[in-house]
Amino acid sequence: MSATTERSITVTINGTTYEREVEARKLLIHFVRDDLDLTGSHIGCDTGNCGACSLIVDGTLVKSCMMLAVQADGATIESVEGLADGDELNKLQAAFREHHALQCGYCTPGMLMSATALLRANPHPSDDEIKKSLQGNICRCTGYWNIFEAVKAASE
Amino acid sequence: MTSSTTITPEQVIEAQETWKGQNVPRKEDRRLVQGQGVFVDDVKRHGMGYLHFVRSPYAHAHITSIDVSAAEQHPGVYGTLTGEEVAALTDPFFQIASVPGANVKDYALAVGKVRYVGEAIVAVVAETREAARDASELVEIEYEPLDAITDARHAQDDGVPTIHEDAGGNLMWHGVYEWGDLDAAFAEADKVVKIDELHFHRFNSTPLECDGALVEFNRGMGQWTITTNNQFPGFAVIMMGPAMKVGLDKLRFVTQDIGGGFGNKITSHPQLVACCLLARKLNRPIQWTEWRTDFHLSMSHGNERWFHETEVAVNNDGTLLGFRTKALDDAGAYLRYEPLGGVIWAQVTPGMYKWKNIRVDFTQVATNKAPVSPNRGYSRMQHLWFTERIIDIVAHELELDPVEIRKRNYVRVEDMPYTTPNGCVYDSGDYAQMLDIALGLVDYQNVAKRRSEAESRGKLLGVGIGSTLDSGTNNFGQSRMINPELQFSGNNEVATVKLDIFGEIVVTLGTTPQGQGHETTAAQVVADILKCSVDDVFVRAGHDSYWNSHAGFSGTYASQFAVTGLSAVKGATEMLREEIFKLAGAVFGGVPAEALELADGGIRIKESPEAFLPFMACGAIINANNAGLPEDLGVTLNCRYVYRPPFDVPDVEKKYGNLTLTYATQIHAAVIEIDPETGHYDIVDYAAVDDCGKRINPQIVEGQVMGATAQALGAATHEQFVYDEDGNLLTPNFYDYHVPHALDMPPLQTGFVETPSPFTPLGTKGMGEGGGAGIHAVCSAVQDALRNHGGALVYDSCNPYHRVWEMLNDPSTGARVEVTR
Repeated sequence: MSATTERSITVTINGTTYEREVEARKLLIHFVRDDLDLTGSHIGCDTGNCGACSLIVDGTLVKSCMMLAVQADGATIESVEGLADGDELNKLQAAFREHHALQCGYCTPGMLMSATALLRANPHPSDDEIKKSLQGNICRCTGYWNIFEAVKAASE
Repeated sequence: MTSSTTITPEQVIEAQETWKGQNVPRKEDRRLVQGQGVFVDDVKRHGMGYLHFVRSPYAHAHITSIDVSAAEQHPGVYGTLTGEEVAALTDPFFQIASVPGANVKDYALAVGKVRYVGEAIVAVVAETREAARDASELVEIEYEPLDAITDARHAQDDGVPTIHEDAGGNLMWHGVYEWGDLDAAFAEADKVVKIDELHFHRFNSTPLECDGALVEFNRGMGQWTITTNNQFPGFAVIMMGPAMKVGLDKLRFVTQDIGGGFGNKITSHPQLVACCLLARKLNRPIQWTEWRTDFHLSMSHGNERWFHETEVAVNNDGTLLGFRTKALDDAGAYLRYEPLGGVIWAQVTPGMYKWKNIRVDFTQVATNKAPVSPNRGYSRMQHLWFTERIIDIVAHELELDPVEIRKRNYVRVEDMPYTTPNGCVYDSGDYAQMLDIALGLVDYQNVAKRRSEAESRGKLLGVGIGSTLDSGTNNFGQSRMINPELQFSGNNEVATVKLDIFGEIVVTLGTTPQGQGHETTAAQVVADILKCSVDDVFVRAGHDSYWNSHAGFSGTYASQFAVTGLSAVKGATEMLREEIFKLAGAVFGGVPAEALELADGGIRIKESPEAFLPFMACGAIINANNAGLPEDLGVTLNCRYVYRPPFDVPDVEKKYGNLTLTYATQIHAAVIEIDPETGHYDIVDYAAVDDCGKRINPQIVEGQVMGATAQALGAATHEQFVYDEDGNLLTPNFYDYHVPHALDMPPLQTGFVETPSPFTPLGTKGMGEGGGAGIHAVCSAVQDALRNHGGALVYDSCNPYHRVWEMLNDPSTGARVEVTR
């Protein structure tokens, strides 16, 4: 319960650089959502299970509730807000829309980031590789079938 | 004009006459795939304080003292709220129950006593989420622990502690439902099958977004604005207004995007009251976002139910004559929506079968567990699981084919509309045809061959069927069977449709969608009536009670939007169309309506199409250029329609009447393979066949079928809210509460039949909750696989691998069944 420790950090998210004072214990997802107002990434659990907060940090897919904001100091981060080109949906986003791969849309930003990381590392994944890449993301609406179809379509 | 909706490649718009029936991509998706949705935790206000609840570590205890002084001294803390303050400022929530449940006193925070682990006792508000949590650790609460009741079967034993002293015991509600002539049926029957006990387990749909609110108090107006993800504001407001002693218009509800609901977001009214009181007390906006662990500990568990002493009257050929049972429902610690579960099941009393004689002795008790509330398939799922269990157990005992016994007893297509023994009217459906489709999709004709092939690999193959009804559009009059004093009946929903100055078509709904695509399907209905594109229709997102576009039962719950919501949209749009005709007739100098037609985003004279008035001109004339119009024109181009389904008040004495307007149907079939060494099983084939009448957007319908199936498969195999004997929840997060992941999903095939409802304006039926079929199908398949391997009968709705292994190794761990005569 002692006074909190603040640190100054610099992160670059979707091409914009932010410099902020941040509590040392603040989670990266809370920093991104609350301090930077980038609310596209979500929180669905307290335990790192659901993947709604997935971001790509220095090229690596990360559940941002499992990382402190101070650990991201100097990092280059990609979030769902950076996927589209202006109003033009990218191939993956368009595939999610076309295949009805989302209902409430709450898990969708995390799903998109996981699938983005997959397709970047493995542009033509097998069916099992797609499913494996999504297993860290929970969706309660779709049963995953249409998400799988969307990712598969985007990989073709 | 608004968004760039296009048609998916497999659909050809030119060949279609209507927007209804097509896979129009959802209007919602463009914002949601860009992270531009607005969910409750995304909303911020200047100076807002973050609320954290201090929760009970005990399942049952007197609170002897609460000291918030250290917490209030903590840096960044704005203030606190205790149960004592709540009891001084509010009345207990109105209870739906008759006596004894009517005497339960339920407040926004625990008053004097805690009754389940996770019950909120104190609310702490601070400048940051972290400070609020830190300060919560400093709240000092002294308890005097009491014994806990966690098994509903013992809640009424002698000497057990009473959870609500005001109710005089743990019985919350009891009622006997009896229709037909049970004595005659049992006297006539060739056989009586007796099932000692069956258990439907406790779980819920765990929407990925937890509950939350951002509550502001306008002191000058004495009014709160509650930005929230509550999915049934119409219910929340009638709970909150009287408790807070304010008129309902003082509680403005606002939602936009909601991250899943499934019924679990209906009963957040206690937390919302705490937020309201604190917004007023601390004079600042209050932000509350529930943590996942808090959700699991305290929100909306599904009804756990036992069926005792079940007896089934059946003839040797499998004709079902009747059943009687004693249902025991575990309400948890408070009646937040209960005991409505004690009547909702009666919407589907005979299941899909022509049972004529039925008796259900229904008891609901309190336990020291989280309160139950609606969960996708609410109360009907439990009962339909029970009727499907009966069918499979009877088939097993009488050595009848599970397919044949179903077909012999299903309500037939020629019987539709079919009146059940308790007065419900099944509107349409062809269950036998659906079953054939489902079986075809899982290659049932080759099952014998596949069974021996599986056995050659050391696996036990089982085929299971799950048939369910997704009853939708409640007649709230059924609540009077629970409590004759209640003054609820019927149902309603509202839509407004207007033409704005520049001809924009704007639709406002009273509903609170959580992923069901209301913006899209509403636009499809409007576009057909106004002969325009879905892209020309702007449907506002979410609900705002300030828009005056809501009614008493507004919300999104209980499978009804395709009936209540879309019928309201249809009604309002038809009013608007009529007004456009009236206006154009006047503008064209007295042309009668029958000489006019809508086309290309405007209205024209049929015989001289060059006389064309675009919607833009219509909107401009009425809104901004109306001098000289006839005084009695009666046109506003802003039309509000309330859809009210045709219902009568049920007969409370006989418990008889039509309880829901439509009956969508799902029949599922599952093929599983069990490894007898471990009990592990895989679903190797799965089919879900749906009939929800006319489908406005087939892709959205199929999405609902898929999602409900996935939830059912999770519940059937893993998901359980498990308590230890001290009342500790053992599955309070996604580590321990295992929901399906992408790799868990079996191959799925979907099919459909469309039998339009004769009772609804669009031929639609509400749908989305039929997934309970997956639980029934898995239970059925497990039992089938065990048929020649000990013959255990499935007793529980959840069958994780260890339970299957137990049944294989000791068949007596299954249901205990006896056949007489």
